[in-house]
Amino acid sequence: MKAHYQLLIIGGGPAGLSAAAMASAEGVSCAVLDEQPTLGGQIYRSIESIPEQRAQQLGSEYLRGKKIAEAFRNSKAEYYPNTKVWSVNKGREVGVLQDNNTRILTADQIIIASGALERPVPFPGWTLPGVMQAGAGQILYKSAGIVPDNGVVLAGSGPLLLLLAWQYLHAGVEVKALLDVTPLGNHITALPKFPRALLAHHYLTKGIAYQIDLKRAGIPMLFGVSELRAEGKELCQRVCFKHSGKQKTIESELLLTHFGVIPHIWLTQSADCKHQWDDSQQCWRPEHDEWGNTTSEGILVAGDGAGINGARSAEYAGRLAGLEVLNSLGVINQVERDSRAVKYRKWMKDDNHIRPFLEKYFQIPKELLATANNETIVCRCEEVTAGEIRQAVRDGHDNTNQVKFFTRCGMGACQGRQCSNAVAHIVADESGKTVKDMGHFRGRPPVSPLTLEQLASLKKEEI
Amino acid sequence: MNSDVLIIGGGLMGSSIALQLAMRGCQCTVIEKASPGRHSSGVSAGGLRLLNRDPAEIPLSVEASKMWRDIESLLDSDCDARFPGQIRVAENKADMDKLEQRAAMVRSLGYQHEEMIAKKELYQLVPALGKGCIGALINRTDGYARPYHAVTAFRRKAESLGVKYYSSTEVYNIEKEADVWSLKTSAGIINGSILVNCAGAWANKFATLLDEPVPLTPKALMLMVTERLPHFVDPVMGAASRKLSFKQMQNGSLIIGGALVAKLDFEKEKTDINWSQLVESADTVVSFFPQLKDVRILRAWAGIEGFMPDNIPVLSQSSTDENAYHAFGFSAHGFQLSPVIGKVMSQLILDGQSELPIAPFAINRFN
Repeated sequence: MKAHYQLLIIGGGPAGLSAAAMASAEGVSCAVLDEQPTLGGQIYRSIESIPEQRAQQLGSEYLRGKKIAEAFRNSKAEYYPNTKVWSVNKGREVGVLQDNNTRILTADQIIIASGALERPVPFPGWTLPGVMQAGAGQILYKSAGIVPDNGVVLAGSGPLLLLLAWQYLHAGVEVKALLDVTPLGNHITALPKFPRALLAHHYLTKGIAYQIDLKRAGIPMLFGVSELRAEGKELCQRVCFKHSGKQKTIESELLLTHFGVIPHIWLTQSADCKHQWDDSQQCWRPEHDEWGNTTSEGILVAGDGAGINGARSAEYAGRLAGLEVLNSLGVINQVERDSRAVKYRKWMKDDNHIRPFLEKYFQIPKELLATANNETIVCRCEEVTAGEIRQAVRDGHDNTNQVKFFTRCGMGACQGRQCSNAVAHIVADESGKTVKDMGHFRGRPPVSPLTLEQLASLKKEEI
Repeated sequence: MNSDVLIIGGGLMGSSIALQLAMRGCQCTVIEKASPGRHSSGVSAGGLRLLNRDPAEIPLSVEASKMWRDIESLLDSDCDARFPGQIRVAENKADMDKLEQRAAMVRSLGYQHEEMIAKKELYQLVPALGKGCIGALINRTDGYARPYHAVTAFRRKAESLGVKYYSSTEVYNIEKEADVWSLKTSAGIINGSILVNCAGAWANKFATLLDEPVPLTPKALMLMVTERLPHFVDPVMGAASRKLSFKQMQNGSLIIGGALVAKLDFEKEKTDINWSQLVESADTVVSFFPQLKDVRILRAWAGIEGFMPDNIPVLSQSSTDENAYHAFGFSAHGFQLSPVIGKVMSQLILDGQSELPIAPFAINRFN
């Protein structure tokens, strides 16, 4: 690892790998820093090592990752797995932790391709052992072939839920039920977006095919589910919910939930990039132009970390950011950048036809985003309940950060990853304002925890 | 609107002064440009330290120490205050000499609160301390509280006595017409008969508007906090010859500071953590407590504070207008003093003098 690169890319998913291949092909010194042990990001996790049979079970979209990985391997870009970035500032200094070595690297250009995380949604019982996010279940399956052996209930909203149910079905897992909490009204509000979605019909047909398979297999799929909760003594024993006006219960020691994904913004926050609230995606994302340039000079974003658009768009966005970096470094001129960008822009546009429909269709209802159940723990690290957050607002702490100061929500070991959105929604709800007005937690470095010894070992000559 | 006293700055000092004035029947208005406690008041390390005070501050700090013991009777909240003492450890003979001289100096002023302790007692008080320390200076009554809870408690008590707060309200200009102050603010004109400048790092703006600029420097001091640990240390820890302030908080996490400065863009109110400085803090902590090497740092932050060249505050009537007062420039050690500042400033404003000596804090001392 060198002390300086022309281009540092953070994240080894489709956006980061594509950007690296693009830039390094023109001789730019480039390194990809990835905290995962293998390349591919969350979406193409274990793409280079996965057994063929499991790869087939995961489906054709997953297999697209092979090409991206190959192109990256054939490039001159350096690749550092198991490498955590714990700080990025607007001066383009990047704090890196690798094999217990702490360093600060510099770069002329940085592409942050940090991807997404599952939207954490607190509901009664979500902290019980046995209640996990569906993405975690999928990661276990992709990376180690681990599947639930006593059956599972899947609950939530969004395409991943359906995909995971389908993947589990093919892996022989007993899916006890798929509980869809998407409000039935969304089907109607999303209708105006449907014609454009037809332009990306392969996504729709895939979704329908998954549903048909699940139905044939006799898996109960319940729509319009509400009042979801997990119950049990010390661990999850049953999943309770309301459906068709009736309270229902399913015995299960495992509940996997999914409420869509949101951008991982902690690195862009650390780099002082300006963020904006995206009403349609119900999340904060960094402001950026059509190339991925953020408000911090020489720092770009690509992929889901810039706003949720999915794996294919991430790949194209990575290439566009790569072209912009080449232009900024003076390797190619603007005319070349623009002409080479045309096809990626077209592919990206085609791919994005589905988005407005998906975003409307899978819009998470306010009852879930800002739980009205005062006993529900929102910040699991500091054990702060929704009731305490609402009380703090009533006591005059009238924005998200003040509520954090007062209640300590967001100050625990997860650094606010799990509760920041929920706190913002609850504070907004209680004060009768919008999430946009309430703001999000100010970013506090390190972006990922660092031990005292790791910090102490930061070499003086490098800073 | 009209008010007896206008206070610029809704942090600890502004709120403490508003509270004491309200307790004596004054009508106060507090004007805060962000939210109360947004900067140094709310994000400090929360140390209640009488140890190692500047001699000029000792009388105030002694009184503040008594007030903190009984803070609940003043604020209806205990601010989560704890009093396990504070120590400065000596690692060698030179450190011991330095600390002994300090203790002797404090005794010569007539105070007994700073005591030397030998190695044996030090290790009894802090069994977790790594090898190599030979003694320490201690104040057994010191401790810590939760700063944002304290700001909130001051504010809420003041509000309950009729103090009016304007949050997110910036003061653009100060004018005086026929003995009435007229503040031009982002929330319109606010009038009052007495003006108090408690604007912390921003106080020089108002001192300058009163034609008495001061050499105040805004700086951002860094702190870092670790994950929670099982209880292992009681007193707040400092060192004779190293930059260290270290305490285990009520919830088990460690707060590590030591007067280290972040990069600051004062105009934009943005701070950038200076890791090379924090390396020193981490190194110092690990050398005193080697067992902490694998403890994870969760957050680092920096709060913007006003520093004076002599590191003691300005507590003073204005030298240009008898109806204006100043309380700012606490130079990163105002938290402990906050209750007493309300008392002395309210006496100064209402009685013309304070019971405790504040002459060393005059605004014109830099002339």
